[in-house]
Amino acid sequence: MQLPDAEKLLADLTEQLRPVVDERIAMIGIHTGGAWVAKRLHQALGCSIPLGVLDISFYRDDYSKIGLHPQVRPSDLPFEIEGSHIILVDDVLYTGRTIRAAVNEIFDYGRPASIHLATLIDRGGRELPIAAQYTGVVLSLPADKMLELKQDTDGKLSLSLRDIRFPEK
Amino acid sequence: MNRNPQLNKHGELQHLLTTEGLPVSILLHILDTAESFAGVTEREVKKIPLLRGKSVFNLFFESSTRTRTTFEIAAKRLSADVINLNIAVSAQSKGETLLDTVNNLSAMHADMFVVRHSQSGAAHMMASHVRPDIHVINAGDGRHAHPTQALLDMFTIRRYKKDFHNLRVAIVGDILHSRVARSQIHALTTLGVPEVRVIAPKTLLPSRVERLGVHIYHDITQGMKDIDVIIMLRLQNERMLGASLPSTEEYFKYYGLTQEKLTLAKQDAIVMHPGPMNRGVEIDSAVADGKQSVILPQVTFGIAVRMAVMSILAGN
Repeated sequence: MQLPDAEKLLADLTEQLRPVVDERIAMIGIHTGGAWVAKRLHQALGCSIPLGVLDISFYRDDYSKIGLHPQVRPSDLPFEIEGSHIILVDDVLYTGRTIRAAVNEIFDYGRPASIHLATLIDRGGRELPIAAQYTGVVLSLPADKMLELKQDTDGKLSLSLRDIRFPEK
Repeated sequence: MNRNPQLNKHGELQHLLTTEGLPVSILLHILDTAESFAGVTEREVKKIPLLRGKSVFNLFFESSTRTRTTFEIAAKRLSADVINLNIAVSAQSKGETLLDTVNNLSAMHADMFVVRHSQSGAAHMMASHVRPDIHVINAGDGRHAHPTQALLDMFTIRRYKKDFHNLRVAIVGDILHSRVARSQIHALTTLGVPEVRVIAPKTLLPSRVERLGVHIYHDITQGMKDIDVIIMLRLQNERMLGASLPSTEEYFKYYGLTQEKLTLAKQDAIVMHPGPMNRGVEIDSAVADGKQSVILPQVTFGIAVRMAVMSILAGN
């Protein structure tokens, strides 16, 4: 299957966000893929509030099944959440559980005025009432496929698809 | 049976009983996870929902303020329910055995036991006895081990010294009675510290302590040379059976850490102490409260480290 070009999706998403981003807008990327996308958006749109990064491992709803993620990184939200207008950024929107966890974590720092969601890809398959306001592309993918964003050493983004039944090489 | 009783069949941490024999990957995983928890303390809501609905029982058969309190705070920050048992006035004093106490508490749906006991091996015995879904954390057993203290000390050392691979660490004082020292030595050597010294009079050193891979010094002025990290141990009056020392005054004269002795170590050496301190016995107040002391940060880091241990255990 032909996957879209991640760099082109990023350019599209940047243009969608350009009219809504001003100096009041704070941006938060979800570790790892979402943080890559957010960093690029933050740069391209010239946001003035420093970029936030969330690691939602402590908020995942599958902790009791699969335990703690082996590489938890500290979340870093270097601005006042209380009253802020936030654009939350992730790479792939799927079940919505990651976004649920991220919103919960953000609220433990304070009460934002608003949170909007921007994702590079919306692949359907939602299990929670969550929607993205800004999306690069909407794709329909079978449930046994895992869509992953990758970043090469030059910072260039690309997409890859793998079968979840087979572990990564 | 050779299997490490702390690990489950997948090699993951099931109980935390001792730092001895723990692979470096597990030690680093705990320290890295603790880094993430350290940030939680600065937030508006200092709670994380990981252990929601779980019950943590603090079983302290021996008195403790710092360890019990930081375990309690850690468990509460993880949203667990914490039950503190005051053993002195409970069933044990009426003659109930340790295992009967554990069975009764398991019947109350405990998920985790944090246990301190004056008998070495108490936590191991509990771990080998509980249902497979219950986790045991050793919060100090006799002279044997105090793994979470050693881990928070490792966390502190890494915070201030960044890397373990070029350090000289000195542990000074009552090594003989110290479960903290044993756990520290195992953790330090596993993490790759090239030189660990123990500095103590002969009467306060276990026999054949050099087999743990440490260098022995009886003279603190020699032992302090080129040292990056100094860990002072409390003189354990309550564990002294015979006359190991002439007097505490004489002990202070030869082994108490004063500013003068501290200048013999590296200029940027840090001073640690697991607490509680005996000022004027093993450490001078000027040093304990001085610029090189990281004794209070140790206490703060203890919360994040215990959160890390609990959340890793409960997830395995």
